[in-house]
Amino acid sequence: MELFVDIKKKLPDFTLKVKFYAAEQVMGLLGASGSGKSMTLRCIAGIEKPDEGKIMLNGRVLFDSEKGINVPSRLRKVGYLFQNYALFPNMTVEDNIGFGLQKLPREKRNTVVRQKIDMMKLNGLEKRFPSQLSGGQQQRVALARALAIEPEILLLDEPFSALDEHLRYILTKNLIDILSDYKGVTLFVTHNIEEAFRICGELTVLKNGVVESVGSKEDVFRKPNSLSVAQLTGCKNYSTARYLSNNEFEAVDWGVKLKTDSLITEDIKYVGMRAHYIRLASENDRDNVFDCWPSFVNESPFRVTVYLLIGSRPKGKGHYHLQWELPKDKWREMERFPLPWKICLSSEKLIILNK
Amino acid sequence: MNMDFSPFWISLKTAFTATVLTFFFGISAAWLVTKYRGKLKGIVDGLLTLPMILPPTVLGFFLLAVFGRKGLIGKLLYSLDIQIIFTWWAAVLAAAVVAFPLMYKTARGAFEQIDMNIIYAARTLGVSEWIIFWRVIVPLAWPGIAAGAVLAFARALGEFGATLMVAGNIPGKTRTIPLAIFFAVEGGEMDKALLWVALIFFISLAVIVLMNYWCGYQRKSMPANRGR
Repeated sequence: MELFVDIKKKLPDFTLKVKFYAAEQVMGLLGASGSGKSMTLRCIAGIEKPDEGKIMLNGRVLFDSEKGINVPSRLRKVGYLFQNYALFPNMTVEDNIGFGLQKLPREKRNTVVRQKIDMMKLNGLEKRFPSQLSGGQQQRVALARALAIEPEILLLDEPFSALDEHLRYILTKNLIDILSDYKGVTLFVTHNIEEAFRICGELTVLKNGVVESVGSKEDVFRKPNSLSVAQLTGCKNYSTARYLSNNEFEAVDWGVKLKTDSLITEDIKYVGMRAHYIRLASENDRDNVFDCWPSFVNESPFRVTVYLLIGSRPKGKGHYHLQWELPKDKWREMERFPLPWKICLSSEKLIILNK
Repeated sequence: MNMDFSPFWISLKTAFTATVLTFFFGISAAWLVTKYRGKLKGIVDGLLTLPMILPPTVLGFFLLAVFGRKGLIGKLLYSLDIQIIFTWWAAVLAAAVVAFPLMYKTARGAFEQIDMNIIYAARTLGVSEWIIFWRVIVPLAWPGIAAGAVLAFARALGEFGATLMVAGNIPGKTRTIPLAIFFAVEGGEMDKALLWVALIFFISLAVIVLMNYWCGYQRKSMPANRGR
């Protein structure tokens, strides 16, 4: 099971230029909206035609500009889950699922439909129309419909973006179960970092139509290779960096000098620090400890984001260097500490970025 | 008053046949233009809509030029011993051409409203374009298509100018209600004309009113008609 994509397509705002390879592991396409993720899926499904390049699926050529091959959508054997599900509103649930099985004899078709209905727990909803279903049920019908044709590849285009937080959580779990039984290649498009991390094994990060980073999700999250990948994977604090020596640099925007635990080169451009890796300095910390004042605080139900200014008292809201995320109970303790707080930016947590 | 009711039946038959013809040509053309993304879209659409704006006499002139004895298609048909001009089929042809833009325009409007993802989804499922067209696209655009067919029927029923030029006024063969009205007035038989006028007035009104109710009913009873 393998997919190889290497395509170029000129779009109004940028030129899409992606190249990646996907196999058994769920491959996530991560990027901000308008970065070319969905367009890539549409090219693979044969909905859009790339200007040049090649798409291969399990040794089959789906598209090859040099040889003039462009296999039509209906012969590609792709299962496509659209963002809005794109169910046939004029057909019942069972007709939707069976629509791709026109060529099968009636009995065989009914068996497959039956089986998909059981698999997706849609029992009792067979005669309903899509408009009579909830968002989650519609998604299950769409997935059943896509899987009914036994596709060699499953393309999931932001399938959870239209759902509320609770439903999103449950459906992500269901999807992970379903995908673990699915034998083909899976591509999952999303701009949601948590979703990408939960569902995918591999990640391809796109920015303005270009691949910024490819690798296992752990690598992409732990060692982002560029500022935009760091931002996309949820890194909230960054500063431009100026090289001082092979284990020290200046974080210009924060006005501090930082020590590193590995050697750095003169190529260093930026430094990043994830908001939840910032911590209160202990007595043993010698390096990268700074006096900080809280500028303002943002509370969500279980966590608190504190906006910190290094080195002086903040002159107002919006005057801050770092975002610090911590659990609520920790925050209650923090409120008792005298100002300024001693904050440590651990050298092993610094994200060194060369572009 | 000695009344010949043949124009009534000829009108209904002509309008009905013309509507069936425009239905298939109209929705096919509408779908092809909807799908077409090239530069000539505006011109193609203009040509297909033109019969709505041109005087019927101009259409009659074109039809004579094409289907007449020396016309492009006419010549071919004459060699096969088929004559169209001044037969009932000419009346159908005239009515169909005049009614075509109404069918085409309303169907296209309905097609443009369809969520393209639904059609893409159907394609990825491996279904042929033909089945997708009849099982997905037409049902989704149905309220628009049905409205177009009704308008086309009403327009075909009222066709006069082009019909007179290409089909003539042959009693019992090509004389439709509008022609009967014209020649009744010309012959000073105002009471006869009034009867025909009343008849066509009520047929046209009834068709459109029925259509309105039927469409409203469809929308209510089929929650499936328009996605979410």
